[in-house]
Amino acid sequence: MRTIVIAAAAALLAGTAFADEQVIKLKPGPGLDKVENNCQACHTLAYIPMNSVYLNAAGWDAEVTKMIKAYGAPVDDEDAKAIKAYLTQNYGK
Amino acid sequence: MTTMDRRFFLGSTAAAGAAVLLPGLARAQNAASMLSPGVPDGIASYVTMGKLPGKQPLIQLADRPPNYESPLEYLQTPITPNDKFFVRYHLADIPEVKAEGFKIKIDGDGAATPFELTLDDLKKMPAVEFAAVNQCSGNRRGLSKPHVPGVEWGYGAMGCAKWKGARLKDVLAKAGMKKETVEVAFNGADGPVVDKTPDFIKSIPAWKAMDENTIIAYEMNGEPLPHFNGFPVRLVVPGWTGTYWMKHLVHVDVRTTPQGGFWMKPAYRVPVGMFPLRDRFITQEDATSTPITEIVVNSLITSHRDGAKVKAGKVTVSGLAWDGGYGINRVEVSTDGGKTWTDAKLGQDLGRFAFRPWSFDVNAKRGKTTVMVNATNAIGQTQVSKLLFNGAGYHNNVMQSITLTA
Repeated sequence: MRTIVIAAAAALLAGTAFADEQVIKLKPGPGLDKVENNCQACHTLAYIPMNSVYLNAAGWDAEVTKMIKAYGAPVDDEDAKAIKAYLTQNYGK
Repeated sequence: MTTMDRRFFLGSTAAAGAAVLLPGLARAQNAASMLSPGVPDGIASYVTMGKLPGKQPLIQLADRPPNYESPLEYLQTPITPNDKFFVRYHLADIPEVKAEGFKIKIDGDGAATPFELTLDDLKKMPAVEFAAVNQCSGNRRGLSKPHVPGVEWGYGAMGCAKWKGARLKDVLAKAGMKKETVEVAFNGADGPVVDKTPDFIKSIPAWKAMDENTIIAYEMNGEPLPHFNGFPVRLVVPGWTGTYWMKHLVHVDVRTTPQGGFWMKPAYRVPVGMFPLRDRFITQEDATSTPITEIVVNSLITSHRDGAKVKAGKVTVSGLAWDGGYGINRVEVSTDGGKTWTDAKLGQDLGRFAFRPWSFDVNAKRGKTTVMVNATNAIGQTQVSKLLFNGAGYHNNVMQSITLTA
């Protein structure tokens, strides 16, 4: 019985951890709201610090363009511009 | 949550919690110390040891879609346990697939007799089982110099398991595969969040589909596949990188034309001629790029991390070597920066597609000792001393070098 109870609790804990995603706190700055509003629909914001710091402005531009053109992310031009600027400023070299 | 559930939860936290959860800070510090040297600095700012259901803590590079790497410590055996096996997804809409009612659809213009296959049907077919390395194409991408964008894997986007299943060629025979077939494409139950994102579909050449070692696997190390490794069935393409090993396989498309999706081109390509690969995928090749195919010969020290402190004297350094299925013939170690090499002792041979363990006794002097390793496969291919740079960060088999301090 004890084994069953512990197993059930472990499953619950694990389930809870999975449902509650890790909160990624990005650096504050102009455009952060656009990043949060657009990028998180499809993936965790962890991809941003993960890919830092080594991309320059052209590199981040290419990444955001890839998300829109290749992956079909519905991001309007104005937001895309703000996102590129934010990423270059805060996570670019 | 029901009252009953809550009571179980609260009542058992003290008993189970200590084993399951580390305090957040400890988990983060722990994870940062488990990263491979050379990955982008930014990872350490958020990385944690993540706990997926059914898994031991893994290096959580991303939790949506789930991308979790095995730390070095999980790669000290030639067979990687299921709960320590890495997890890699492209797209975040991942259903929990049930065995009951599960079906694989086999059709396409190359299939004369399209049909559907249940899990029971598959298990009734002649079964084969073998050990094979499943290595993500992007394994070691994070070590690329310069860095290239993507999931920044260190050493641990790989594992080796015993896979059991039915041969794809037997399934294709039932579908009446036509002689005009050039490729067979695969889709899994997982999909994109946004409709416009290309679904993850991969194809292999007809000749590879007919290889007796290409199977639809329903067992991994003697157990059903973990959810995060493709339950209930995944394609196993031994020797080739993990991109072709479709998880949660639900559709087999027998094709008389090349598959034209994003994940075949421009994704998962390497420059033509850059790597000494035998297996070519001609129907997908163009003048400059070709699909990634077989795994390049490689090795990894798993007994010690770079910078490990040891006692002066005899230190046994051990690790793994593997390749695209020709088999490992030799592993050599150098303690003088590559000037002279001595053969390491090879361990148990679990088959040509498996990790080959090796070990070597180093005489560690006071101060620093470098240990460098190089594997050679049965067709004479060896690792490289300088990175063959490519934009996706694939096929990094630069000889690893670590420093031990006594």
